Amino acid sequence: MSGALLEARGLRKSFGALRASDGIDFDVLEGETHAVIGPNGAGKTTFISQLSGDLRPDAGSIRFSGEDVTALRAPARSRMGFARSFQITSIYREFTALENVALAVQAHAGHSFRFWKPARSERALRDPARAILDEVGLGARAEVIAANLAHGEQRQLEVAMALATKPRLLLLDEPVAGMGNDETQRMVTFLASLKGRQTIILVEHDMDAVFSLADRISVLVYGRIIATGSPQEIRVNAEVRRAYLGEDA
Amino acid sequence: MPGRARILLWSAVIALLILLPPVAEALKQTFYIDLLRRVMIFAIAAASLNLILGYGGMISFGHAAYLGIGAYAVGILAFHGVDSGWMQWGTAIAASAVVAAVIGAVSIRTSGIYFIMITLAFTQMLYYLGMSLEVYGRDDGMRIKTHSQFWGLIDLADPVSFYYLVLALMLASLYLVHRLANSRFGMVLRAAKSNEARSRAIGFSPYLYRLAAFVIAGALCGLAGALLANHTAYISPDFMHWTRSGEIMFMVILGGIATTAGPLFGAFTLLVLETLLAGWTEHWQVYLGPLLILSVIFFRRGLAGILPGARDA
Ligand SMILES: Nc1ncnc2c1ncn2[C@@H]1O[C@H](COP(=O)(O)OP(=O)(O)OP(=O)(O)O)[C@@H](O)[C@H]1O
Ligand SMILES: [Mg+2]
Repeated sequence: MSGALLEARGLRKSFGALRASDGIDFDVLEGETHAVIGPNGAGKTTFISQLSGDLRPDAGSIRFSGEDVTALRAPARSRMGFARSFQITSIYREFTALENVALAVQAHAGHSFRFWKPARSERALRDPARAILDEVGLGARAEVIAANLAHGEQRQLEVAMALATKPRLLLLDEPVAGMGNDETQRMVTFLASLKGRQTIILVEHDMDAVFSLADRISVLVYGRIIATGSPQEIRVNAEVRRAYLGEDA
Repeated sequence: MPGRARILLWSAVIALLILLPPVAEALKQTFYIDLLRRVMIFAIAAASLNLILGYGGMISFGHAAYLGIGAYAVGILAFHGVDSGWMQWGTAIAASAVVAAVIGAVSIRTSGIYFIMITLAFTQMLYYLGMSLEVYGRDDGMRIKTHSQFWGLIDLADPVSFYYLVLALMLASLYLVHRLANSRFGMVLRAAKSNEARSRAIGFSPYLYRLAAFVIAGALCGLAGALLANHTAYISPDFMHWTRSGEIMFMVILGGIATTAGPLFGAFTLLVLETLLAGWTEHWQVYLGPLLILSVIFFRRGLAGILPGARDA
């Protein structure tokens, strides 16, 4: 086995008396899609934010590719190979789709203390950005201001920005939230196309999406992981059914 | 890709500004040379603020500090017999940059209302420092007896030569800010203004870029201060009063935030309006306030927003 790309140990994060992460141990293997499911308020976003460096855990450690990254902030983790999408779409709304992705390319193309040349006409930024837009199916929408894209397109754009940083680990927080059926199907197909070449942690409420994409699933309830296993194992796990899936069924 | 409208607009603006002195002299209205020179000096100050406020989203409510530092650098050196413009203006720019680095290093770690208050507080400190400088005239300020000297290359005592120098420097400043804003550097600033969480998530640490922008803006405004000292042949702590900071900020907003031409339009409109109203009634400030508020409500995107060719991204 190639081993774990990411190892989280004993992650704790409280908001006042609320334990949003209550001792989380979690591994992601190189190349796998590891889904995290759980009821509303279970602490999934809090967990992802600690992995991405947006939130500092109260206790615990995060190792990435063998290195302790617990103390690193989000920008440093991005440069190491983390990339995330947010549950509430987070893009540059007043920039075009192409500019959004070009910025992500720029962020990983050395320092930006370059004061004179117009960035928007730099092929070194535009060409890779355009290629990624084509890949996610937004090629025809490159020059549209992001705020004017449809909701589903905005979510695709956010994934495109994450991919433009050439991440080693992609953290997706409910990528199909609020999407219609067609949009969801397109996103699931796209994420499936990444399988094998991209390591993914996928938080998602849409169970069809989860069971079709995940290699492994972890179930998070009240800040604790109560089960980890293959989709088959999770489907039949009694505790999981009681705590979570039962609500849907 | 400058559109035709933009080329037309800029050609017209530049032609008018070049033609103004001979026309004003022919009509014996040299007062306008003075007024427009002042407008263009403030356009430089406003352009520098536009870099951090308009493109960077940093609401600095203390930009008059650099106007003051630039002016005092000229005034103090002249007082001690240093007339060299190279020395004076160089000092003005360098001192403004250093002070901006200090203020920026502290304030950029904060945001929102705290950022506004800290930049304001620093400028008030400098204002009171100026008020307490016995040798340099305290709150009365002091006259500057000789203009900055440039090896006889240009005579700033000649209002028209000085006017054209200011025109050239203003155009250079607007162009500089334009280039900066569209470079990779500028894109980082604008992106962090648009969505800081997204910027951090893709790997930008905005702090150093913002600080650099803050220093560049301070230095450029320091130059405006040096010009202003020569323009008025006079310095006073009033250059750093918080209402002055407000005025510069207003020029940026009125002209159109994050636009190349906005600072010039804003400075022009505000200063010309002030002059007109002051000639009409001594209570001109009472009328100016509401007029400005109305204009901002009416032209949401500033004056640059209503002129084809000025609404650059
Ligand atoms: N910054 C915060 N301050 C206080 N409480 C918070 C904060 N962030 C999250 N919480 C609380 O922590 C708990 C876990 O929130 P979190 O957003 O991680 O849940 P989630 O599993 O992502 O839920 P959902 O499925 O609704 O997205 C919730 O009760 C939430 O209200
Ligand atoms: Mg969530």
